[in-house]
Amino acid sequence: MTPGRRVVAIVGLALLVGGLVWGVTGLYGFGRYHAAYGRLVARAAVPDRSATNSVVVTAFDYRAFDTLGEEFILFVSVIGVLVLLRRLRGERGRDEATAAAEDRRASESTRWIGLALVGPLVVLTAYIVVHGQLTPGGGFQGGVILMGAIAFVSVGGESMVLLRLRRTSSWVEMVESAGAAGFAMIGFGGLIVTGVFFENFISKGTSGLLTGGMIPLANVAVGLEVGGALLMVIAEMFDQRLRGRQS
Amino acid sequence: MNGLLAVLLTLVAGVGTLAVAIREPVRQTIAAGFLSLLLALLFFALQAPDVALSEIVVGSLAVPLMLLLAIAKIREQEEAVNRQPPEAQQEGEE
Repeated sequence: MTPGRRVVAIVGLALLVGGLVWGVTGLYGFGRYHAAYGRLVARAAVPDRSATNSVVVTAFDYRAFDTLGEEFILFVSVIGVLVLLRRLRGERGRDEATAAAEDRRASESTRWIGLALVGPLVVLTAYIVVHGQLTPGGGFQGGVILMGAIAFVSVGGESMVLLRLRRTSSWVEMVESAGAAGFAMIGFGGLIVTGVFFENFISKGTSGLLTGGMIPLANVAVGLEVGGALLMVIAEMFDQRLRGRQS
Repeated sequence: MNGLLAVLLTLVAGVGTLAVAIREPVRQTIAAGFLSLLLALLFFALQAPDVALSEIVVGSLAVPLMLLLAIAKIREQEEAVNRQPPEAQQEGEE
């Protein structure tokens, strides 16, 4: 490293450390929060939307427009991953045999436990998504768990399922796109009925699962989108892995 | 700050250091997944169950799964590269 570069690096580091110290000393004390927004949302969620989870109420109602942006970030990045991996794809052929050979390498107990967990995980997905507006959870977490459930099929020694999913993935793509479009449609529903994008336009209900107006619907849409997106990425990565085995 | 938080913060710091110190990729992935579980407990203790749930599903389910698949793929390619040049020689040895 030349002396000139060293001076530049030291000045940069000093600025970084100084900025960090300056910023951190100006923070609120640990566990102390004085801003009004959090309190307002936490108080308003139950009377305003009949929903008890103020985090989900914020993400899918008050700030639904931000969530729409995040959702399309995921949508576009998954397309990017798929495009990148697809270019690497070479010959087709002996994948099914290699997948079957791969499955035989897993121990009997791993396979049994893997398959046994698939059902409970799918049920957990449904629970987390449907109860999003009431208890911690929601579409995003549920979607990732759904991906985990399908991945456990592969742990359970049935990699063929993932491989076929990859081959005939049009329905996963449709589920993902339907989820992404569905969430946007909910926004347009608000625009059509009330004149404001993402304004709640469904009866907020009083108790039970169908409270929170459009929030349960939005949770289901986001769950489908996230689950479908991650499933496509995992299936594509799995396919890529098997492809390397043909040498 | 109460005792539970102190214990959890210490655990997170310890396992975080461990995840950096381990150099073997597969073990590092498992350590990072475990770190996510501890972080989720910490978030839960700090009354943020939604964040805790997101941390569990992303940090100890989605990311390790993708990392493990990628590591497996890289290892296979390395093996294939190592095998190729002296192919005839290796076959003779076997």
